[in-house]
Amino acid sequence: MDLLTAEFFQRALIGGALIAITAPLMGLFLVLRRLAMIGDTLSHVSIAGVALGFLINVYPVAVGLAFAVIASFGIEALRKTYRSFAELSIAIIMSGGIALASILFTLKKGFNLNVTSYLFGSIYTLNQTDLIVVAAITAIVLVVVLLLRKELFLLAFDEDAASVGGLPVRYFNILIGVLTALVISASIKIVGALLVSALLTIPAACSLALSKSFRQAIGLVVIVGEVAVVAGLWMAGVWNLAPGGTIVLLLIAMLLASLAFRRMKV
Amino acid sequence: MKRNETAAAPCHQEIVALDRVSYAYGTQQVLNGVTFTARERDFVGLIGSNGAGKTTLLRMIVGLLKPQQGQIRLFGTPLDRFKDWHLIGYVPQRSHFNPLFPATVREVVLSGLYGRRKLLRRITKGDADRAEDAMKTLHISDLAEKRIGALSGGQQQRVFLARALINNPKLLILDEPMSGVDSETQTNFFHLLRHMHQHHNLTFLMVSHDLEMVLSYLGHEPKETSGKLAFHVRHSHDLEDCAETDLLHTLRKEG
Repeated sequence: MDLLTAEFFQRALIGGALIAITAPLMGLFLVLRRLAMIGDTLSHVSIAGVALGFLINVYPVAVGLAFAVIASFGIEALRKTYRSFAELSIAIIMSGGIALASILFTLKKGFNLNVTSYLFGSIYTLNQTDLIVVAAITAIVLVVVLLLRKELFLLAFDEDAASVGGLPVRYFNILIGVLTALVISASIKIVGALLVSALLTIPAACSLALSKSFRQAIGLVVIVGEVAVVAGLWMAGVWNLAPGGTIVLLLIAMLLASLAFRRMKV
Repeated sequence: MKRNETAAAPCHQEIVALDRVSYAYGTQQVLNGVTFTARERDFVGLIGSNGAGKTTLLRMIVGLLKPQQGQIRLFGTPLDRFKDWHLIGYVPQRSHFNPLFPATVREVVLSGLYGRRKLLRRITKGDADRAEDAMKTLHISDLAEKRIGALSGGQQQRVFLARALINNPKLLILDEPMSGVDSETQTNFFHLLRHMHQHHNLTFLMVSHDLEMVLSYLGHEPKETSGKLAFHVRHSHDLEDCAETDLLHTLRKEG
C-alpha cells in the first residue's frame, strides 16, 4: 500500500508508537495517585507555551515543554499548600494556562492554522526534529521508570509508607511532574492538547479494570496504548479520518470492551 | 546505629523520645509540650478523642510533619539526622488505600523493603524469600496472588502487618489498625500483636479507638497524659535475653 511507504506516514507511526509507550505509563502512575487531571492541565499550559513559541519564533514544542515543567512545579507547590485538595491546584493552574494561551493566541493575527494543529494534533506533519525529541523523551522516561519502578510503586500505593521508609517523597513527586510534562509536550503534536489526557488516562482505566497485579497493569497500559495508536493511525490513513480523534475513539472502544470483559468474568 | 546509654539496662534503650513537642494548626494548639519516652519492648497505646492530636503526633514521629517546637528522637538519634528507617515497621489505617489498586498481596508485602536502603538496588532472591516467609508467618501465603482490594478487612490487616515485619523492625507503629473490621477480627488481630509483644524484642506504638480491648492489656491507668492525649504503657519482661533475633523465624517456630 502506498500509504505505508509514504515517509510522512512512517514518521507518524514511529512517533505514535513511541508516545504510546510513555504516555500510558506516566498516566498509570498519575491515575493511581488520583491525579488523572494533571495531564489535562499540563497540556493546556503547554499550549500557552506553544503559542509563545510561535510569537517569539522559537521551536514551539520546546517552549511548551518549558511551560509544562514550570506548571508541574507550580502544581506540586500548590498541592502542598492545599493538602488533600490536589484537584484544586490542578484546576487553578489549568485555568491559568487556558487564559494565557487565549491571550497569546490573539496577540498575533494569522496563526490560527498552526494553533489548530496543536489543539487537535497533526501527526502527519511530524518532522525529523520532532521525532528526535519524542525518541529522546521516550528514552528518558523509560530509563527513569525502569530504575525507580519499585519506589514509584510504593509511592503510588502508599505515600506515607514511602515516607516512613525514608524515600525522598518530595523529589519523587517533582520527578513525576517533570516526566509527565515531558511526555505531554511530546504528545501534543501527535494527539493534540485536547486529547492528550485520553492517552494518559484511558489505558490506565482499561488496566485497572483487568489487572490483578502491578506488573500486569504496567504491561497492559502499554499494550492498550500501542494498539490504539497504531491501529488508529492506520484506520485514519485508510479512511481519511482525523488521526487524533480516531485514536481516542479507539481507546474508548477498548475501555468499553475491557469493562464488558470484566463483567463477563465476574 | 547510635544507642542511648542512659537506659537502665542495656536492652532497654530509648526507642522513641518526645521532648516538649508542640504543634498548632493556625491558632489551634493541638499538642503542647508533649514529653514521653518509649523504651525497648514497651507496648504504648496512644489513646485520645478525635482532635486530641494522635494522628498529628504519629505523623511527626514518622517524619511526615515537623514539630514546631521541641525535639523527637528515634533510637537516640534526633529525627532530622535519623537514617535507619528500616528499623521501623509501619501499619497504616486500613481505609487508606484505593481498593481498585492493581497490586497483589505478594507485591504489597515485598514493598515493605522498598525504602531508602533499597533505592536503585535490585530485589534479590533473598528478598523474595523474605516476602514468602512473612506471608507464611501471617498465614496469608495462599492469598499471595490475590489482588489486595479483593481481600477481607482482617486479611488486609495481616498483609499490612506482613509488609511491616519484612524488614525485621525494632519498632512497630500502627495507626488505628483495627478500625473498620468486625470485633472478632479485631480480637484476633490484637491477640497476634500481644503475642508478638510478649515473645519478641519489639516495641509497639499504637494509636487506637478500641479502648476496652487495648486498656485491658495495657492497664487503665495512663503512664503519662498531655492535654487530651494519654499514653498507656505495658512493658514486656517475658523475654530473657537481648540477643538479636529474626522476628519472622522465631514467630513462625511458635506457629
